[in-house]
Amino acid sequence: MASSTDILTDITEKDYEFGFVTDIEMDIAPAGLSEETIHFISAKKNEPEWLLDWRLKAYKAFQKQSMPHWQNFEMPDIDFQKISYYAAPKQKKQYNSLDEVDPELIATFEKLGIPLSEQKTLAGVAVDAVFDSVSVATTYKGKLKELGIIFCSFSEAVQEHPELVRKYAGSVVPHSDNIFASLNAAVFSDGSFVYIPKGVRCPMELSTYFRINTENTGQFERTLIIADEGAYVSYLEGCTAPRRDENQLHAAVVELIAMENAEIKYSTVQNWYPGDKDGKGGIYNFVTKRGICKGDNAKISWTQVETGSAITWKYPSVILQGDNSEGEFYSVAVTKNKQIADTGTKMHHIGANTRSRIISKGISAGHGQNSYRGLVQVGSNAKNARNFTQCDSLLIGDQCGAHTFPYIESKNSTATIEHEATTSKIGEDQIFYLNQRGIDTEKAVALIVNGYAREVLNQLPMEFAVEAQKLLSITLEGSVG
Amino acid sequence: MLSIKNLHAGVEGKKILKGINLQVNAGEVHAIMGPNGSGKSSLASVLAGRESYEVTEGDVTLDEKELLEMSPEDRAREGLFLAFQYPVEIPGVSNINFLKTALNEIRSYRSLAPLDAKSFLALTKEKQKLVEFDAKFTNRSLNEGFSGGEKKRNEIFQLAMLEPKLSILDETDSGLDIDALRIVSNGVNRLRTDKNAFIIITHYQRLLEYIVPDFVHVLYDGRIVKSGTKALALELEEKGYDWLKEEAQLQEQV
Repeated sequence: MASSTDILTDITEKDYEFGFVTDIEMDIAPAGLSEETIHFISAKKNEPEWLLDWRLKAYKAFQKQSMPHWQNFEMPDIDFQKISYYAAPKQKKQYNSLDEVDPELIATFEKLGIPLSEQKTLAGVAVDAVFDSVSVATTYKGKLKELGIIFCSFSEAVQEHPELVRKYAGSVVPHSDNIFASLNAAVFSDGSFVYIPKGVRCPMELSTYFRINTENTGQFERTLIIADEGAYVSYLEGCTAPRRDENQLHAAVVELIAMENAEIKYSTVQNWYPGDKDGKGGIYNFVTKRGICKGDNAKISWTQVETGSAITWKYPSVILQGDNSEGEFYSVAVTKNKQIADTGTKMHHIGANTRSRIISKGISAGHGQNSYRGLVQVGSNAKNARNFTQCDSLLIGDQCGAHTFPYIESKNSTATIEHEATTSKIGEDQIFYLNQRGIDTEKAVALIVNGYAREVLNQLPMEFAVEAQKLLSITLEGSVG
Repeated sequence: MLSIKNLHAGVEGKKILKGINLQVNAGEVHAIMGPNGSGKSSLASVLAGRESYEVTEGDVTLDEKELLEMSPEDRAREGLFLAFQYPVEIPGVSNINFLKTALNEIRSYRSLAPLDAKSFLALTKEKQKLVEFDAKFTNRSLNEGFSGGEKKRNEIFQLAMLEPKLSILDETDSGLDIDALRIVSNGVNRLRTDKNAFIIITHYQRLLEYIVPDFVHVLYDGRIVKSGTKALALELEEKGYDWLKEEAQLQEQV
């Protein structure tokens, strides 16, 4: 019988499945961050003046900011001058159809299980693929266009729908919000853009797949989703990266805007390269995600399954401005080896009768450290605001850690705020019970962990729930003896 | 079917089982009784392969296969089932999903194809009826929020589903009211065949009125000190264990 140490060793030596590099000619900016870099990116993308000005303003803000100091981990040294801020597959001309896309690139996406060719695409899933810095192909565009839905790369939106981008970009996460958001605003290369017109219910899941390929490039993508009055959209983001010994920085910004009676559901399955068993390499995933329920009865729901990255540091938040608006945050974060996750959410209750629900499930194995950090803020006008928070931690082995930092600020005495927290360990008794029914230890852990995360996984769109379930099982393969 | 020879085992250097000998044949029901701390539950745990127990001496075979060399899951797949004294709760894992996984793992070990959804459902319905298990529990999380009695009944339902060769019931009667006791016993009686066998660990004679054993053994201080038929259980009920303890101590002195 394998002892727990053997199995713990096994898991820590398990290979990262997506650690391949695609050999494609890339157009890369020299390393370094300066106004020239920003001019270079902006020129490459043929951007209008106002956007360049905004980038430069963000760069100024970035220069004034310093690194945060409140996080529950040791801040790694990041040399912003050593990063290259732009990498794109060398392209001779604009792609008109999939047939023109580099076959190597398509092969990469197929390896990732993201079929670009529409025939192979999961029925009802439209994919916008971002490869390093440039959005490569957007599927299903035609069908969506009929409904007036805009789903394209951010760069394309800048060219085609400048009025929308100008109005909303930076309206939820300002250019000076925090150091990483400022950096993103200054150098962002691409991302996705979604606009759902009034009263339209997007008939399929929209999906973006990010992948970091080139060495020493950070991926700074920007996603902007606007659901106009009465609109609905469900959006999924998936991420992977090849294995590198160096750490790579990923500082994305996501902004969601839900108008009156609109609903946005945003799901993330994040599987960036986590580094090796000694904590060498891996992605720093420092992301700012925020949504605003601008109109009454609007709803924004974040669901995230975080299994990758050396450090995950993000707090998808909701500003509940409209009356009766609703915010949700469902999260499963897994850390193993030397991985660190400091994640949670912020719910800002501004309107009356606003509701928020936070379900956070942390899983720590190996030497992993998992922190939940959350803020529930109720303003003086948020009459009858309600919040329910549940934050659970599951520990596997005795070298890992779980931490909880909940903050509650209420300025309205009619508000109801509930917070529940539990910490548990996968018990030898549970494993033995399942063993005694013929289930081996690996499958037993997978069953227990998936059961533990069920409430969150249930929030994911069907196809991705299955993926996420598999990912959880693989990630924690054999982590208990 | 099961053959235990001179089994010695303990936990963290403390000796608990001190030379158990027991032969169980197909079609038989054996009851193991004994005072608290005599090693009854330890025997069940050792047979099922709980890691905290260390076997220091002896052999156990199940249908000629060396049981002690197998992992707990392989013992289960070979047909050994333990109805736990304290069944654990596993939140978020539905009873039915758990049973399907278990059943298919066991089938794959025996080179059988997994049961399709329809046959599995049919089997579930049949067994639910057989052991009078309320269908509402099958879709709930495994044992989560179940009462003590419901958990025990779930053990018998699992036993019915997995159709083991040898079932060990570890104090399944403890914590059951009289109705639950009757239902659990009826279930076991319906599952008895000439091809399977049961070891029933209990403190009380009461259960044996419902499930009539072929043999009764008394475990004391890690050894079987007396074996007999159902009459022995009645005698114990009447006289307690003290006379056996004295007898055992006398034997030791000789």
